[in-house]
Amino acid sequence: MGQTIAEKIFAAHLRDEPFEGTYVLDLDRVLCHEITTPVAIADLQWREKDRVFDPTKIKAVIDHVTPAKDSKTAVQGKILRDWAGRHGIADFFDVGQNGVCHVLFPEKGFIRPGFTVIMGDSHTCTHGAFGAFAAGVGTTDLEVGILKGVCAFRKPVSILVNITGQLQEQVVSKDVILYVIKQLGVNGATDRVIEFRGPVVDAMSMDARMTLTNMAIEAGGTSGICWPDAVTVDYLWPFISADYPSKEAALADFSKWHSDPDAEYDRVLNIDVSDLQPQVTFDYKPDCVTNARDLRDAPVDQVYIGTCTNGRLEDLQQAAEVLKGRKLAPGVRGILSPASPKIFREAMELGILGIFMDAGFCITNPTCGACLGMSNGVLAPGEACAATSNRNFQGRMGQGGMVYLMSPATAAASGVKGVVTDPRDL
Amino acid sequence: MNRTFGGPAIFLDRSDINTDEIIPARYLTEVTKEALQPYLLEDLTLEGFDPRGEALKQAAVIVTRKNFGCGSSREHAPWALEVNGIYTVIAEGYARIFRQNMFNCGMLAIELPAADIDRLFALQQQGVVTVAVDLDRQRLVAAGSRQELSFDFPLSPFDKALVKAGGWVEFADARY
Repeated sequence: MGQTIAEKIFAAHLRDEPFEGTYVLDLDRVLCHEITTPVAIADLQWREKDRVFDPTKIKAVIDHVTPAKDSKTAVQGKILRDWAGRHGIADFFDVGQNGVCHVLFPEKGFIRPGFTVIMGDSHTCTHGAFGAFAAGVGTTDLEVGILKGVCAFRKPVSILVNITGQLQEQVVSKDVILYVIKQLGVNGATDRVIEFRGPVVDAMSMDARMTLTNMAIEAGGTSGICWPDAVTVDYLWPFISADYPSKEAALADFSKWHSDPDAEYDRVLNIDVSDLQPQVTFDYKPDCVTNARDLRDAPVDQVYIGTCTNGRLEDLQQAAEVLKGRKLAPGVRGILSPASPKIFREAMELGILGIFMDAGFCITNPTCGACLGMSNGVLAPGEACAATSNRNFQGRMGQGGMVYLMSPATAAASGVKGVVTDPRDL
Repeated sequence: MNRTFGGPAIFLDRSDINTDEIIPARYLTEVTKEALQPYLLEDLTLEGFDPRGEALKQAAVIVTRKNFGCGSSREHAPWALEVNGIYTVIAEGYARIFRQNMFNCGMLAIELPAADIDRLFALQQQGVVTVAVDLDRQRLVAAGSRQELSFDFPLSPFDKALVKAGGWVEFADARY
C-alpha cells in the first residue's frame, strides 16, 4: 500500500516504536521561543541535565514580547539568551534580528522538505508548507526534544484537502483556509495531518502556502503539509544551491516525499473555490466563518496586520494595494507589524511602509505582540479588531475584546470604512 | 511518581474550552508553575461557573465535553490544573497537544463516549460527585449522593506508561 507524505517522513525518522501505534521520531529541528522554553530550561537545570542534543539543530528566537515590556518578560528573554549562549546555539535571534518564529525560521532556510520539526508553539504546523512534518508541542515535549532530539506521535492519519477552481480577485489563501476550517470544524482534524493539494495550492507562493498550513491547528490538525515543488525549490535555492547541481535535481530529490497515488486518507475534502468570497470570522471560534459582506455593519476600533499567519511581504503588499491613497476611518487605530526584519526592510524599500503611514498606521517592530494580547495593541473591553491573525478566542487580544479574523486586504478595507468590509466594496 | 487520581469533580458544560480560557496569555510571562495557581480558568465565562468559587477550589477532577484544551500549545494549561490539585480530566475528547501535555506531565486525560459523559453530567444533579480512578484496571467510579456509576476507559499503552513513569521526561530519559 502507498504512503502519504507524512507517513514517508515518519518512516524516514523512526527511532523507536515503544508500543504499537506510538512513533518516536528523530528530530531535524527543535525551535524555541521565550514563552515556552524557559520552563523547560529550568526543569533541565533542576534535573542536572542542562544539555542540548545538537546545537546546530536547535534554533531560538525572542519573539512574543520583544523588546521586553517589563521585568518578567526581560527575565524570560534573558533565560533564553543565556541558555543559547552557554550551549553554543548559533542561530539565536535577539532584538534587531528577531521576528515572528514561524516567519523568521523559514526565511532563514531552516526548514526543508522531509524534515521533522517541533516547537513549543501551536502554529508550528506552518512549516509543513515546505513538505515537512511540523507539529506544535508543549514544554515537556520541547524539553525532551532539546535533550534527546526525539518526539513521540501517534500514527499520522491524514485528511486530504484538495483545492480546485479559480480564486476571484481579492480572494486569497487566508479566505481559503478560513473556509476549510469552517468545513472541518475546530476539532475536525484532531490527530490528523491536513495535506493541502490541488491546482490552487500549486499556484500559491510560499507566503500564501504558509498562511494555509499556519491555521491547520485551528481545525485541530497536528500538522498542515504541502508537497514540495518548484515553488519550494525557488524559495529555498539560496540555501540549498551548494547541495544540488541544479534546481531540477533538487526538485527530483524533494519529489520523493510526494504521497503515493494509492496512499490512504481518513477523509478527502474537495473544495472548489471559484465562488469563494472574502471570509471573516464571527463569535469566538475560528470555525465560525462567513462572508465578509455578512458582517458589513460590524464596527472595528482597531486593525491589526501582521502575525505568523499574515505578516509576510505578500500580505503587506495586498493590504497596501487597498490602502494606497486612502486613510483609516476616523477613530480607527491601525497597527502594522511586519513579521521579520527582512520583511520590514523590503516593505520599506518598496514604499509599502509609506503607504501604511500615509493611511494613518503605526508600525511596530516584528513581534507576536497583540495577536495574543501580550503587547503592542491590546484591546479594551468592548472593542473590536479586524485582525489578520489566527485566533478569535474570547479575550484573545485583551479581556472583553472581539477579534474578527480576515485577510490583509479585508482588514485594510475594514480599517478604511471603520466597519468590516469586503475589499471589493471599497 | 505516586499520584492519586480522583476526588471531587467540577463540571464544565461546554465543548471547545480553549487553553486561553484555562490560563490566559497574560500569565505566560510567569516562569514557574506555582505562579499560575490563582489564575486557573480565569477567563472562562460559563453559567454557574465561578473561577474564584468553592467548587473549583475543592475540585480534583474536571468533567467536560468535546475538544477540551484546544488552541495554544501552552503547557501552562495542565500546569495550572496541576498546581490546583487537578490531575484528572474526563472529557468526550481533547485537542491533541493538550492531551499529550497532560500525559507528558504524568496526569490523566480520560476520554469517554458522549453517552457516558451525559450520564456523568446527569449524576451531577444529585450534588457533589466524587470520582475514583483505578489506573491499572482502567476503570473509574463516579459517586453521587444516591447513585454510583462505573466506566471502563481506554488508555493507550504509551499514555499509561507515561502516567506510571511520572511523565515523558522520565520515560524518555530512561530509554533514549
